[in-house]
Amino acid sequence: MPSRPRSVTDVARARFLERLAQWMYIAPAATYLLLFFGYPLVKNLVMSFQQYTITTFYTGAAPFVGMENYSKILSSDLFPKALLTTFLFTAGSVIGQFALGLAFALFFQRRFPLGGLLRSLLLLPWLLPLVVSGTTWRWLLDPDTGVANAALRGLHLTSSGVPWLTGTSQALVSVILVNIWVGIPFNTAILYGGLQDIPAHLYEAAKLDGAGSLASFRHVTWPLLRPAVSVVLVLGAVYTVKVLDIILVVTGGGPAGATETLATQSYELSFRQFEFGRGAAMSNVLIVLSLAFAVVHLRASRRAQNV
Amino acid sequence: MKRAPGRGWPSTVVGIALLALMLFPVYWMVNASLQPAGNTLQRTWFPSHPDLSGYVTALRDQGRNLVTSLVVALGSVVLSLGLAAPAAYALTQFRLRGADLVLFGILITQMAPGIAVANALYGAYNDLGLLNSYLGLILADSTAGVPFAIIIMRASMRSIPGEIIEAARVDGAGRLRVFRSVVLPVSANALITAAVFTFLFTWSDFLFALTLTTTESVRPVTLGIYQYIGAHTNQWNAITATAVMASVPAAVMLVVAQRYVTDGATDGAAK
Repeated sequence: MPSRPRSVTDVARARFLERLAQWMYIAPAATYLLLFFGYPLVKNLVMSFQQYTITTFYTGAAPFVGMENYSKILSSDLFPKALLTTFLFTAGSVIGQFALGLAFALFFQRRFPLGGLLRSLLLLPWLLPLVVSGTTWRWLLDPDTGVANAALRGLHLTSSGVPWLTGTSQALVSVILVNIWVGIPFNTAILYGGLQDIPAHLYEAAKLDGAGSLASFRHVTWPLLRPAVSVVLVLGAVYTVKVLDIILVVTGGGPAGATETLATQSYELSFRQFEFGRGAAMSNVLIVLSLAFAVVHLRASRRAQNV
Repeated sequence: MKRAPGRGWPSTVVGIALLALMLFPVYWMVNASLQPAGNTLQRTWFPSHPDLSGYVTALRDQGRNLVTSLVVALGSVVLSLGLAAPAAYALTQFRLRGADLVLFGILITQMAPGIAVANALYGAYNDLGLLNSYLGLILADSTAGVPFAIIIMRASMRSIPGEIIEAARVDGAGRLRVFRSVVLPVSANALITAAVFTFLFTWSDFLFALTLTTTESVRPVTLGIYQYIGAHTNQWNAITATAVMASVPAAVMLVVAQRYVTDGATDGAAK
């Protein structure tokens, strides 16, 4: 018969082995996440304080330069412009996607034949590779051969055509339009889901109280849709702020840098100019911006829970 | 609230019109891909005489890249599900200290800009010889699939009744056996949803293809299209033909796995 102390250690050991066996299920995924998110984020932070350029790959030398990368990128003439473009691109895209997505969601809430089929076909633009969407739109908006200008000329709305991709202000509007088109399906799907969760009897009660469709939207739909609204707005902002594909394909950041955002700037710095340190600093600015959205989101959802 | 038969058809007409407007760019891409080569202005609204030369050129130039994309996407599906399924199981079924931290980490990943990850990976890949390799792309592309798959599967596994697992354990099944023979089959729908989306994420990846490959040896089709546009803007039929072929997985998923696609769109965001 084993003595008492040994059985205690046996139990402890068994419990330890049990815990270990349980952690083995998480360990591979956790290791992966640490290597492919943890490492890059830390490495990026370190690189942003180093003079890390193409020569680093040959000599291995990346001297620390303090805040130089940050002061260089923040004092560059391009930075305020890229920041403003990022803001306009994100705000324009998110607001546009949301407004049209909500309109589609409200429309599909009606019951009509083929409604479900049409609603799921609407997801197509969201599922296409962004490079494909960007390419298609670039072809549509091509100032000379695109169908957009051909249609405008055909309708005699313009004789020369709109410089969709070549005008400095038009190009930003164009990439925003393309991004809105890409984002509508996602907004529609989430907002439609939110609308379905609103109990029908609330609408009936509002109707009995004499509320018209506008009043019932204001007093029933909107307040109850708030959680879904905050999800699409925050996710929309977090995803849009780091968009690279659409801009690179449709305008390449041009003309004359008119569609350069912080994300495309970061790409340019690292992979075109091989100034990896500055590229890292720029992408850290982008991360701070994303975190700001996340904090706003958390605070908003906490407030929503308290109400 | 029953509606009289025939009601609602006006809405269907409006719906079809709206959808036609939304999908016009996709139609126009298909239409352009069936036109003859050259920067012709005599385009037609309907390809009444479809010309397949765009596809011939596209297959010649991009066929290999399409295969590369397929290999990378399938590899990423295997890796993502392989890592995510056990993790989701552990996160829902075991009471582990630190599990909240793992979940928090997963949420953070949704915010990390891809360019920041690519920026740091480039140096590491250069040292490890992973640039221009299938493995390197599969690993990097799974940054989208792994967190998403954990989120989707965790949501589904949480709803497995505890009694089912208890019953299996009483019957003498070990932890691994329960996972393989009970949890995975019950979560089949979530596994398919996660697989569909991981495939689409990876197939659509552009950023890692752009930054982590430098030669033509391993080049996904997204990067192929991008370089196509840069090189021959007068061959729009071949460019759009490649774009059409690159859209096939999305279209197929929408038709074949529609239910899973809708699930993924809503569950992924709801977290």
